[in-house]
This record gives sequence, C-alpha cells and structure tokens, in this order.
Amino acid sequence: MRYNEKELRALSQQPAELAAELGMRGPKKGSVAKRRLVKLVVNFLFYFRTDEAEPLGALLLERCRVAQEEPGGFSISFVEDPERKYHFECCSQEQCEQWTEALRRASYEYMRRSLIFYRNEIQKMTGKDPLEQFGISEETRFQLSSSPREGQSAGVSSQLDELD
Amino acid sequence: MKLNERSLAFYATCDAPVDNAGFLYKKGGRHAAYHRRWFVLRGNMLFYFEEPGSREPVGVIILEGCTVELVEAAEEFAFAVRFAGARARTYVLAAESQAAMEGWVKALSRASFDYLRLVVRELEQQLAAMRAAGGAAPPRRPSALPPRENGCACAVWSAETPAAPAARPGLERPPLPPRRRASAPHGPLDSAPFIRLHEWYGQEWILVFALLLFLLGGRKKATSAWVAQFPGRGGLSCRGTGDSEMPRCWTRDLICPLPSLASPAVPWPRASGVLVRSPIPL
Repeated sequence: MRYNEKELRALSQQPAELAAELGMRGPKKGSVAKRRLVKLVVNFLFYFRTDEAEPLGALLLERCRVAQEEPGGFSISFVEDPERKYHFECCSQEQCEQWTEALRRASYEYMRRSLIFYRNEIQKMTGKDPLEQFGISEETRFQLSSSPREGQSAGVSSQLDELD
Repeated sequence: MKLNERSLAFYATCDAPVDNAGFLYKKGGRHAAYHRRWFVLRGNMLFYFEEPGSREPVGVIILEGCTVELVEAAEEFAFAVRFAGARARTYVLAAESQAAMEGWVKALSRASFDYLRLVVRELEQQLAAMRAAGGAAPPRRPSALPPRENGCACAVWSAETPAAPAARPGLERPPLPPRRRASAPHGPLDSAPFIRLHEWYGQEWILVFALLLFLLGGRKKATSAWVAQFPGRGGLSCRGTGDSEMPRCWTRDLICPLPSLASPAVPWPRASGVLVRSPIPL
C-alpha cells in the first residue's frame, strides 16, 4: 500500500503526547527486546533507535488492543490478529499505567466517541447542541448514529442511554 | 520506515464510521494523467481503492498537517491537499460535481486528529464548567461501554468511559499535550482558544474580499487588505521567506474556509469564479 512516508516522517518529529525509552519486542517469534525511543504523536506510535533522529517504524493505533502484561509492561495488538503482539517493557508500574492510559485515548475512533458523548451530555443539560456554535453539527462523523451499520449505531445510542 | 500496513488495510475496510466516500480523480504526479479512484475518508486517513468493492486500498494519504485548497487545474472541481515542507507532495484531486467537491474540501479540512482533539477538549471544558456551576457532583459513570471501544474487547479498554477524566475528583482535566509547532495550518493558533480557531478558519468573507481585490487591483491591495484584517498574521502561510512581509505566495496557501463561529453557518460560496478559479498557477 502506498503512503506518504515523507509526511509520516515529519509527523514523527512533532511534539509528542508521550515519549520514553522503553524495551520493545516485535511480534515475530523469537524476537528480542531492544531499547527504543517510543513516541506517541496523534494516533501513531513511532519508535526510534535511541541514537537516531529518523524513526524505524510507526504503528497506527486504530482498532488496536492495549493490555497490561506482567511484569511492568504492556502489549499492543490489533483486532484482526490479536495474537500478534508488540511488547513494551516499562521501568515502573506507574509508567506502564501512564502509557496504557494514553494509548487507550490515542485513536481517532476513541476521540470521536468522546465527542459524541460530550455533545450528548451537554445537549441533555442545556437543550442546545454545542456543535452548532462551531457550525459542525451536521457533520456525519459526529452524529449519534454515525456508523452505517444498524447494529453499531444502536449500540452507541443504547450505551449513551445507559449512562443516564 | 516500517508501518503496520496490514492493520492499516483492515482499518480501511472495517465497519468503523466512514466520514466521506466517493469517486475522485487523482493526479498521478506533476505531469501525469488523472486516475479515477474510489476514495474513503476515515478519521485522518484518506484511503483510495481501484473501485468500491476492492479488498485492499491502492494507497493512503495521511492527513495530519495538511491544508486543503481550491486550485486552478485542467480538471473541473479540482482541489489540492498540500503539505508543508520543502519538496512536499501536493495531491491534486478532482470531484465529479460542485457539491461533491465542496463536501470533500470541508471533510478533509477538518479531518486531522489535532482538530478533533481540540473540539473534544473544548466540549470537555464546557461540560466541566457546567457541572461545576451546577454544584452537584455528577454520578460516577456506571461500568463499561460494551466492547466496541476502538473496535475491540479488552479489559483495559472497557474499564473507563470517555467521561472518566471529567468524573475524577476535582474535575481535573488532563494536561494538554504539547502543541505542534512546525505545522503551518495550526502554527498561529497554538495557544489560541478554540473560539479563535473557528474565527480564523471562518473568515471566508475576508478571503473573498481579498481575492476580489487581487483580481481587480493586484497583489498589493489584496495583501494589505489581508494584513489589515489579520495584523501580525503575516506568518499564516509563511513558506520560510524569513521576512516580515506577507510572503508573495499567500494566495496559494489560503486555508479552505470553514463556517464561522461567530455567525450562523454561512452557505458554501458558490462557484462564482472567484474562489474556485484561482488565477495563481500551482
């Protein structure tokens, strides 16, 4: 698949939400943990050799699963292949929790759900749609039933009802 | 540079909400022909396929740090996705109708993760302020959203809801992440409140006025009109010219206008020949 690598590289140089040197082990069997500089920028996780400015690689954090792994580490895997895990080793439990928390919020889909949630809450409290003032209330992506699938949209609405 | 392309391909074809989809003509390169592709916008990723039924995308354009603008091109209904930086590629795309073009330009202008994060932060603040003013502490959110969070079912993910940050004692907001500094479209607004961001985006009447002046009276008048409205915003479309004057290429870097915050949603300007047909060659 073609992608605009140049822009992705440029993105890796932007200020990060979170950055740290962690142990990282790839998903292949028999891979060894190596020290990497790991950097979270928007919904990408970049990883660098500790002494290099250019990233070795990037992981797009959509449809991924972040799990704590004993001891003091976490893993990232993707929905389509949950057994294929990228392992990370932290230096403390706090760091581990900090990362899992941040990675959990690092997807576009999560942000979208948050927006829908806050929008709904504010609308319930005030009777007004907070997105109207920004002129984006009609955007498909921010609708309660923004998913084309019946099941998923019903799911979102019922989630929100449940939280009442 | 490695990228988890397989996951990317799955994301392209999964059942997550699609933000826009349709046929667009994509220019192959500087002097190449246009190819008709099926485009799918999902989040900050613009995927393109041979056709709607294709199982894997031909490619993807990652939309962080780009600007979207109308362009003068051989094709009708053309627009460009432009990135900052020396020798960065500009993607020239063309829609099949005026309405489709407008829809795409709007959708792509607001597709970045940064933008969405700004909106979410703003709403989060509003809600926290309302709750603080309301006095009563909000009830703690009951347990989990069903396991659809981010499309997966994992204990860590389902432990909290999006409201959790606001529901913590003291209604503490998580600290804002460091803003990007190098990215042109958001540069001037790194520390601006959200309302200013929309005002800035929404000044399309200024752009129309400035363009009219440009067409009628030349660059100088248009430039001074622009600068008069935005003192100190000479860097808006700075290409590193290094001087304090409005860079000469400013008209090529007009941010696609978004509906203004202050006024009610302004209808998208019709193709009157002013905004669509920029006289500036690419």
